[in-house]
Amino acid sequence: MTEPLLDIRGLKTWFKTDDGMVRAVDGVDLHIDRGETLGVVGESGCGKTVTARSVLKLIDMPPGRFEDGQILWQGRDLIPLSMEEMDKIRAKEIAIIFQEPMTSLNPVYTVGDQIAEVIELHQKLSRKQAIAGAAEMLRLVNIPNPQRRVHDYPHQFSGGMRQRVMIAMALSCQPKLLIADEPTTALDVTIQAQILELMQEMKERFGMAIMLITHAMGVVAETCQRVTVMYAGKVVEEAPVEALFGDPRHPYTQGLIRSIPRVDRSAEKKQRLEAIAGTVPNLLDPPPGCRFAARCKFAMDVCTQAVPPLKEVGPGHFVRCVL
Amino acid sequence: MQVDRVSRQYVIRKLLIMIPSLLGISIVLFALLALAPGDPFDELATNPAVPPEVRAALRAKFGLDDPIWMRYWHWLIALLQGDWGFSFVSRMDVSTLILQRLPVTLVVIGASQILAILIAIPVGVLAATRPYSLFDQIANTFAFIGFSLPTFFTGLVLILIFSIQLDWLPFVYRADIAATGWAFYWEHIKQSIMPVTVLGLFQGAALVRFVRSSVLDVIRLDYVTTARSKGIGERKVITRHVVRTALIPVVTLVALQMPIVFSGAIVTEQIFRVPGIGSLLITSMLSNDTPVVMGVTFVSACLVVIFNLIADILYGWLDPRIAFR
Repeated sequence: MTEPLLDIRGLKTWFKTDDGMVRAVDGVDLHIDRGETLGVVGESGCGKTVTARSVLKLIDMPPGRFEDGQILWQGRDLIPLSMEEMDKIRAKEIAIIFQEPMTSLNPVYTVGDQIAEVIELHQKLSRKQAIAGAAEMLRLVNIPNPQRRVHDYPHQFSGGMRQRVMIAMALSCQPKLLIADEPTTALDVTIQAQILELMQEMKERFGMAIMLITHAMGVVAETCQRVTVMYAGKVVEEAPVEALFGDPRHPYTQGLIRSIPRVDRSAEKKQRLEAIAGTVPNLLDPPPGCRFAARCKFAMDVCTQAVPPLKEVGPGHFVRCVL
Repeated sequence: MQVDRVSRQYVIRKLLIMIPSLLGISIVLFALLALAPGDPFDELATNPAVPPEVRAALRAKFGLDDPIWMRYWHWLIALLQGDWGFSFVSRMDVSTLILQRLPVTLVVIGASQILAILIAIPVGVLAATRPYSLFDQIANTFAFIGFSLPTFFTGLVLILIFSIQLDWLPFVYRADIAATGWAFYWEHIKQSIMPVTVLGLFQGAALVRFVRSSVLDVIRLDYVTTARSKGIGERKVITRHVVRTALIPVVTLVALQMPIVFSGAIVTEQIFRVPGIGSLLITSMLSNDTPVVMGVTFVSACLVVIFNLIADILYGWLDPRIAFR
C-alpha cells in the first residue's frame, strides 16, 4: 500500500483549563490519500476543528498541548517541528479555510494584498507579479471583474464572495491538501452549493486532497469519497461514503443519518425529524467506556466498562462498537 | 483615483466640522470668563491715583460694561481679523505673548507624546504576545506605578536626584540661553529632559496598559489565525496583521487624552519653570489678565481639536472601512 498523504496516529490534543484537562482530541487516527476528499463529521464540540488545526499547529500553546500521537505528513512527523519549519509547510503544502468568511480576512488590507502576501512569500515573486497572481486566483474562483476587485477591501465583498477569496488564497500556492473547516456552515443554502461546487472544481484542477470538516451529512454524501465520524474526541466509524450511508454500523452514525431532513419522507408520513437525545459528554472527565454509551439506545453493561477497539467490518470500513 | 477623491472628501468633511466645534468652545470659554469675578481694570478701582470717572471712561472705551454677547461678538470679529486682544498687564499683544510661549509647550508636549508612544507600543505589544510572562508582569507593575504617581511628585523627585544631588541637569527651564550653535541646542535638550521624561513616562504608563489589552483583543481574532496559516512567520503576523488594527483604539486614546496632557503640562511647566503657555495661563489668571486667559485657553482648545482631526485622518488611513463611509 502506498504511503498516505497525511496520516494522523493516536493524536491527543488536550487543553489545560482552570477546571482541569479538556481532552478535546483524545486518540484520533485518520488518514488522507493523495487527491481524495475525506469528510470528517460529528456534532459541535467533538474535536473536528481541533484535529484540523492540530495538523497546521494552529492551536494556542498553552493552553493547548499535544499529549501524544503523530501527524505524519508524507511520512514526516509534524509535531516535533519548530514554528519556522511549520511555516514552510503552511499554505505551501497544506492550506486551510475557516468557517467564518466574515471574520477570516483582515479588514485593513485589500484582498489582493492578502492573497499576494502568500504568493510573494512561497513563490518568491515580486509584489507586482504577486498581485497579478492574486487577480488570476480571483478569476479562477469566479469572482467577476478580478482586475478591479483585487484592490477592494474585504468589507466590500459578501460572505460567499469572501469565502471564494479565502479559497483563492488557500489555493494560491497549489497545496497538496486543503483543510476546509466547515466552509459552508456560515453561508446560506444556495451559496453553500456554489462553494462546494467550486471546491470540487478546484480539486479537479489542482489535484489536491481535501479534508472536509462538516456536520452536514448531506454535504458529505455529495462530495466525499471516505468519511470519518468523530464523537467526543474519538473516531467512532470510518468508511467509504457508500458503505457509510448504505450500512452505518455505529449507533451514533445511524443517528446522524436519520437526523438528515428529507423532504420526500417527512411530507408523506408527517414524521418528526429524529434527533439524538442528550448532549456530548464532558471532555474534562470522559466516561471510562464507549463515550456514546450514555446516549445509545443499544447500550449494554459492557459498553460502560472499556473503550471498544476499532474493528474492521468491511473493506475500509471500521467501527468502534461492540455490536 | 476614486480612493483619493473619497479620502479627500473625508478630510474636507472633518475640517468643516472643526468650525462649529471651535465656535462652540469659544462661546463657552468666553461666557465662563465673563461670569468669573475680576477683569483687567479691577486694580484701577483700588488705585487712589485714578479718579472714578477716568475708570468709568476707560471701561466704556474698551466696552467692558457691554452685554456679554456684544463683547463676544467684538472679540470674535477681532479674532477673525487676526487681533487676539491686548494684555493690559504685559502691555503687549496677546498674539505676541502666546507666540513667544507656544513653541516651548509644543516641543515639550510633542516630545513627551513621542516618548510615550515609543515606549508604549513595543512594550505593550511584547507584553501582549507573552501574556502573564515575567516580562508582562514587570511591564504591568511599572505601568501601574507610572500612572499612579502624579507628575508633580515624580517631577520633584527627579529634580531632587538629577539637579540637586547629582547636579547633572538644570531644574529651571530658561528661554534666554546665551550660547550659540550646538551648545544652544545642547542646553535646550538638557533642560527639556526632565519635563519631557515626567510627562512622557506618565502618559506612556497608561498607554502601555491600553496597547496591551488592545493587542490581546486583536490577537484572538479569526484573521490572525488565517495569517498564521499562511506561513508568513509570527513576527510578520504580529507586525502586519495584529499591530495595525490594534492601534486604531490607541489613536483614539491618544487624541482623547490631549486635554489631559495639556493640563498635565500646566502642572509640569510650573514645577520646572518652563516658560510655556501653561505658566502664561497661570500668571495671567492670577493677574486678572482676561484677554490672555481667553487667548491661551482658546489656543489650547484649537490644539485639542487639531489633534482630534489628526486622529480622524489617521483612522481613515489605518482602517479603510471608515474612510469609505
